Amino acid sequence: MLSNLPVLSLTLFMPIIGALIIIFLPKEEIRPIKYIAATSTFISLALSILIYIAYDRSLGGMQFIEHIPWIADLGVSYALGVDGISIPLMLLTNLIGFSAVYASWKVAERIKEFFILLLILISGVMGTFLTTDLFIFFLFYEVVVIPIYLLVIMWGSSKRVSKEYAGMKLTIYLLIGSAFLLTGIIALFIKAYSISGVPSMDIAALAGLEFPVGFQIFTFAFMALGFGTLLSMFPFHAWSPDGYAGAPTAVSMIHAGVLKKIGGYGLIRIGIYILPLGAQYIAPLIAVLAIGNIVYAAMICLSQKDLKYIVGYSSVSHMGYVLIGIAALNLVSLNGAVIMMFAHGVMAALFFAMIGNLYEKSHTRNVDDFGGLAHQMPRLASGFMLAGLASLGLPGLVNFIGEFTIFIGAFKEYRILTIIAVLGIVLTAVYILRTLGDVLFGPRREEWDELQDLQGPELVPLIVLGSVIILGGVYPLDIMSLINSGVEQIVMQVGLTNIQATILTGGSF
Amino acid sequence: MSFNWLSTEIIVALIGILLLVLSSGLNVRGKEILTKAAVASMFLVLLNAIVLFSREQSLFNGVYVVDSFGNFFKILFLLAVILVLLSSLQYIKRFKEKICEFVSLMIFAAMGMIIMVSAGDLITLYVGMELMTISFYILSAFLLQNQFSAEAGLKYLVLGAISSAVLLFGMSLIYAVTGTTVISEIAVRLRTEPALIAGVVMMLAGFGFKIAAVPFHMWVPDIYEGSPIPVTTFLAVGSKAAGFAAFLRVFVLALPLAQFNWSIYMAVIAALTMVAGNLIAIVQTDVKRLLAYSSIAQAGYILAGLAAANTYGLKGMLFYAMLYVFSTTGAFAVTTAVEVDTGSTGMEAFAGLSRRSPMLAAIMTICMLSLAGIPPLAGFVGKFYLFSGAVQSGYLWLALIGLIMSMVSVYYYLSLTRIMYIGESASDAPINPGLETRLALWICLLATVFIGIYPAPLSGLAQAAIKIFI
Repeated sequence: MLSNLPVLSLTLFMPIIGALIIIFLPKEEIRPIKYIAATSTFISLALSILIYIAYDRSLGGMQFIEHIPWIADLGVSYALGVDGISIPLMLLTNLIGFSAVYASWKVAERIKEFFILLLILISGVMGTFLTTDLFIFFLFYEVVVIPIYLLVIMWGSSKRVSKEYAGMKLTIYLLIGSAFLLTGIIALFIKAYSISGVPSMDIAALAGLEFPVGFQIFTFAFMALGFGTLLSMFPFHAWSPDGYAGAPTAVSMIHAGVLKKIGGYGLIRIGIYILPLGAQYIAPLIAVLAIGNIVYAAMICLSQKDLKYIVGYSSVSHMGYVLIGIAALNLVSLNGAVIMMFAHGVMAALFFAMIGNLYEKSHTRNVDDFGGLAHQMPRLASGFMLAGLASLGLPGLVNFIGEFTIFIGAFKEYRILTIIAVLGIVLTAVYILRTLGDVLFGPRREEWDELQDLQGPELVPLIVLGSVIILGGVYPLDIMSLINSGVEQIVMQVGLTNIQATILTGGSF
Repeated sequence: MSFNWLSTEIIVALIGILLLVLSSGLNVRGKEILTKAAVASMFLVLLNAIVLFSREQSLFNGVYVVDSFGNFFKILFLLAVILVLLSSLQYIKRFKEKICEFVSLMIFAAMGMIIMVSAGDLITLYVGMELMTISFYILSAFLLQNQFSAEAGLKYLVLGAISSAVLLFGMSLIYAVTGTTVISEIAVRLRTEPALIAGVVMMLAGFGFKIAAVPFHMWVPDIYEGSPIPVTTFLAVGSKAAGFAAFLRVFVLALPLAQFNWSIYMAVIAALTMVAGNLIAIVQTDVKRLLAYSSIAQAGYILAGLAAANTYGLKGMLFYAMLYVFSTTGAFAVTTAVEVDTGSTGMEAFAGLSRRSPMLAAIMTICMLSLAGIPPLAGFVGKFYLFSGAVQSGYLWLALIGLIMSMVSVYYYLSLTRIMYIGESASDAPINPGLETRLALWICLLATVFIGIYPAPLSGLAQAAIKIFI
């Protein structure tokens, strides 16, 4: 049923269609604008759930393929397709996109422009996960940068850093990273052209070619710089906490939730898949940097007082787990990295939604200003608890599955580093529990008595994201088997035996 | 030989002359109508040029050639002059009874460009270039009451004359070595001699002046800032494209890389131009100056294609030159509309533009982002072609510098965007740029977006145009 329709294009362009409709509405029509934004993201969410269900796991590989030749002399096609790695991330995008619309329900100024930019942003992020063409991948990746900038400077907050500074820092960091990435892509394209004699941007076709080792190392390094910056790899993470602090709630949710994951996804889908030997050479370095993420960012968290900075640095720290999972380059660890990206996305989005809501009402994000909020705002408190406990990897919630799988996979390759990484969990527990305790529990503070608890549209992010956190933790088998089908294919195609052998002999740290 | 081969040139010249002849005795209102008629008839010439795109013929023993390369640029110049005039019909009302002279000179400048790109001979090329440049001398000083404009005219005259002399001297040295001025024959008779090197370097300086490559760019900021905005725009898009076309034809056809490797010099100049243009643009506070420095940087990107001198590189040059017309004219057209309303082109004049006129702010942002190479806009695809060419020729470092500099350019483009979107404006009255400007703006916007999303038609056209080089 689904295979006859261009269902991926529909999912992808639904938010854009919503944005186009909003463009033609007068800006005073606030309610229709919000409803259209909510409807279009809901349709995308529903379609991606359908795709999740309808994807044939026994068959594996790219499905729901669409392919239209686009720029012949560059070998570019408008090519879409999803597999076990991209479906969870597509689902994640739409879960967060839909929640982000509701988290922005109270936006007061320039509502029309806000939702147009937000919808473009959601489509842009989704496009990177859906396409199987390198050119289109990069195109979607860069499409999101400018809407984010505009969203930050127009609707952001200037609590600790000015929003202009935060927006520009975020933008320039990501763009400079993308310059390296694009150089790598062009080098790859030209090299592939000279090897095969036909220009092609198709990721699978590029992966089928044999590139010389030196070229692979060099190009992978360029790409790792680009993707690493996006994933806030230590020491290129400085944009992340400032950017999240300056950004409006919806942007923090999407940015921390999905946009960062483009980095991890790109490392797997493009880096490892096309340049396996390069990946293998650089992986130990990435693993070391990953420890920098995990430990360094977690220690910074210990001394932060601003809620957004705590979650911002904690997301930098968590990306360390994803990175070490990717660096270990085996089936288990890559599975773990993908599920961790999904889990962290849902958790971070929920966290930012709760913080955004609290900030909107109390106009402060300082931990010391709060206390005993569970008395006044029990629903908000349960959202905070859920996100916090997921963040520290409580068994029974989806993040535990990710961290556990990563450690199992990574331990085989990097023993000492993995042990240090596990210690990072202790630090996470310290700062998360302390923050939750300071903000939510303790004696009731009367100055916050007038705060309203979550209600109406504000509940949507909590319900949608919260139920995914629990569902994924209690019953991870389904999504894990899906991810495994995708990762397995990549690991097999790039020659698992080859990689295993070299790493087992040469990867002893 | 039939009229048909030169129909574009003849009709353009006729329009220019008729405009001068018919305008005598008319009042200001009549002259304004006459200029509109001239723009409309230029549009017909454009259609004619598009229809006749694929014709090829060598005329006057190879002195003048009609080929798809030249035809591509003819279309470009006609488009540029039409868009510039359309977007400035409000602006040029200030010239009152001199309005027809102004438009006529613009048309003659376009005529010079057309001759320049169709020249098969160095002397013809020079004559075309002088027709263009002399028109610009007058045009840049057209606001004679304004001291900046007068200064711009004088500066351009002095510096332009020197650069013409250098170019001409270079050509004469080439003639001394080869005994011919016909471009296609120079390659055959080339001998490596010191005089040849001196000649090539001098031509490089002469053309470098026209395209404003570093270190021959010093004239650009003052003249772009002082000249009337339509002249600045046409200098930026037309004169520069003509310089590139002539540069390309002479260097690729007459000086084969196998015999004289100028590629590495181009690569170095391209890198310098990108770096200097972008870094200096960051500190500018006047939008005209900002766009002037950004246009220097743009020349650097296009030069990277010439340094590559392969299919992707050359195709990228043509592709980029065309999209540059739309994006730059769009940005300047918004600047014109703001200038007509506020009387200033300083950044503060743009404050709050998104509230006063959301369309102008959006078009300015999109055109600038296209110049910065952000997808899905035209500039991204153009840069992809150019830097693919550079990488293919082994200049990976050039591609890296170019792409990093593109991202640096986002900084100053976004600074202006920030002012437009969150700055506070003195007045909240909407800006109404007038029907013709709106038309030009929409053409620029749609072309910028369309070429970015579906580049195949333009890249096909560029492919057809460069087949004389491959």
